[in-house]
Amino acid sequence: MSAGGRTISEKILSAKANRDARAGDVVTCTPDLILGTDASTPMAIDYFGRMGGTSVRDASHVMFACDHYAPPTSDRTRAFHALMRAFAKQHGIMMHEVGDGISFQIATEQGRALPGHLVIGADSHTVTCGALGLFATGVGSSDLAAALVTGTVWLRVPETIRVTLTGALRPGVMAKDLALHLVGMVGADGANYQTLEFHGPGVRTLSLDDRLVVCNLGVEMDAKASIFPFDATTEEYLAPRTRERGTSVMSDDDAAFAREILIDLSAVTPRIARPHAPDNVTPLASAIGTAVQMVFIGTCTGGRISDLHAALAVLESLGGKVAPGVQLVVTPASREVAERARADGTLDGLQRAGAIITETGCGACCGTSGVIPGNGATVVSTANRNFKARMGNATASIYLASPAACAAAAATGRIVEVA
Amino acid sequence: MSANLTGRARRFGDNVNTDYIITSTRKRETLDETELARYLFETLDPAFAASVRAGDIIVAGRNFGCGSAMEIAATVILAAGIKAVLASSFSRTFYRNAVNNGLLPLVCETSNINEGDTLTIRSEHGAMFVRNTVSGAVTVAAPLPPVMEAILSAGGLVGFVLHSGRPVDPSTR
Repeated sequence: MSAGGRTISEKILSAKANRDARAGDVVTCTPDLILGTDASTPMAIDYFGRMGGTSVRDASHVMFACDHYAPPTSDRTRAFHALMRAFAKQHGIMMHEVGDGISFQIATEQGRALPGHLVIGADSHTVTCGALGLFATGVGSSDLAAALVTGTVWLRVPETIRVTLTGALRPGVMAKDLALHLVGMVGADGANYQTLEFHGPGVRTLSLDDRLVVCNLGVEMDAKASIFPFDATTEEYLAPRTRERGTSVMSDDDAAFAREILIDLSAVTPRIARPHAPDNVTPLASAIGTAVQMVFIGTCTGGRISDLHAALAVLESLGGKVAPGVQLVVTPASREVAERARADGTLDGLQRAGAIITETGCGACCGTSGVIPGNGATVVSTANRNFKARMGNATASIYLASPAACAAAAATGRIVEVA
Repeated sequence: MSANLTGRARRFGDNVNTDYIITSTRKRETLDETELARYLFETLDPAFAASVRAGDIIVAGRNFGCGSAMEIAATVILAAGIKAVLASSFSRTFYRNAVNNGLLPLVCETSNINEGDTLTIRSEHGAMFVRNTVSGAVTVAAPLPPVMEAILSAGGLVGFVLHSGRPVDPSTR
């Protein structure tokens, strides 16, 4: 496959490797941004030492965030943060503290991840950044360490699945429903080693927050990257955040795609992922009546401002109170989200309704900080993973749904239709 | 890359995610793999960790290691004395993490391997052969990409970076 047009992935990885690279080629790339979290960086610092690392190749391209243990709840997790802080200070790395938010959400908000960039992050959900028209992928701690030492990462250029969107989502249907619809359709490994590239007239109907949700769930299909093309929405999002514009990268009309998927957005209905797999997706309608004891609205999937707005609107439309016996936990994805939600009264509204508002970050999603479900609890969550024990209790059953569906469950104590 | 392993098959199914290998909650308390190995696969089988013998070989279906990219999922398996994982496919982050730590991930047909079967893994003539000494079946594993073979041959990414002394370059294979 040497002739013909190129996909966004082929173009970006070619640019970062400084050679013409096609799907299947292995290239050494220089990332524009390298992300580490408190869950992955402590191990990376250990690898860094064992690799003989004495200095970080280009600290200006590196960012650390304390998001998984936010706040730290033990001496151990506090020590992880202290270790990162000392390393960041020694090497001149930008370090985001507890309360700043989830690593790649901060990178997105602060203009550190820009169109055309290559972002690698030691967090599988780094793929989220692809909403800005860039190639972002997750790596482990040793690859993070090697990138710190060498300033580079080797990558196999992935094949691309073209997802063409037409129409527009109907009222009450959220980007999370679209994302779950896609996960259910493609399956847990349906995009393994591949990029999901979004196309078609439906793209412009999706806000940047919507695109972040869809890209985020890409990794639940094993996608290596998940990319929306640059357009006016991207430009509008970035304008108040940075003077940098990055580079608009589009795939060529004659690019080779591994597979085509067509989705009519107007035909997408509310979805729910049943326990204990994100691809165990069914219509929300099939789960109506299921009693819930905990509702979690937050995470890198469902903790952005539009999610909190949607949740409060639904709660208010259903009486404005969390149902007795239900614990509603709200965790904004970042400081920016929390500040906006505080300023416009959303957090107050949610708290008045009976929600617990926690520190920003990953929160209860992976059982590492925040509220753990009770024994045998049924949880409905805006998160991306519902594996058994994911939230810290193996006896809990986790359902994944949109912020609107989660809020409706909080108000009624049951999974109900979303108006 | 050479291999000469013999071990007992430990069967798992499809889509074993890294949280099932070791939970994020355990990992929060320590990064000591030897300590964490006591909880290996606890969500799927609480009795598994106590039954592990050094040299056991994990045998799984599709998409082994999906979910979180947490590297400790690979290093805890190694800490339990397991040196190879056979699966019909791997999730990419786990596959990378395994290779980077010298854990051998082999893609091959696994449906005919049962719990407890004795397996031998040998490299011959540049290919990896998996022999099931119970059924007699021999399977050829898919070759690893050259860059990953080079990393495995160096014992992992630490050895590879130390050895090459420069940016990780696939052309050094």
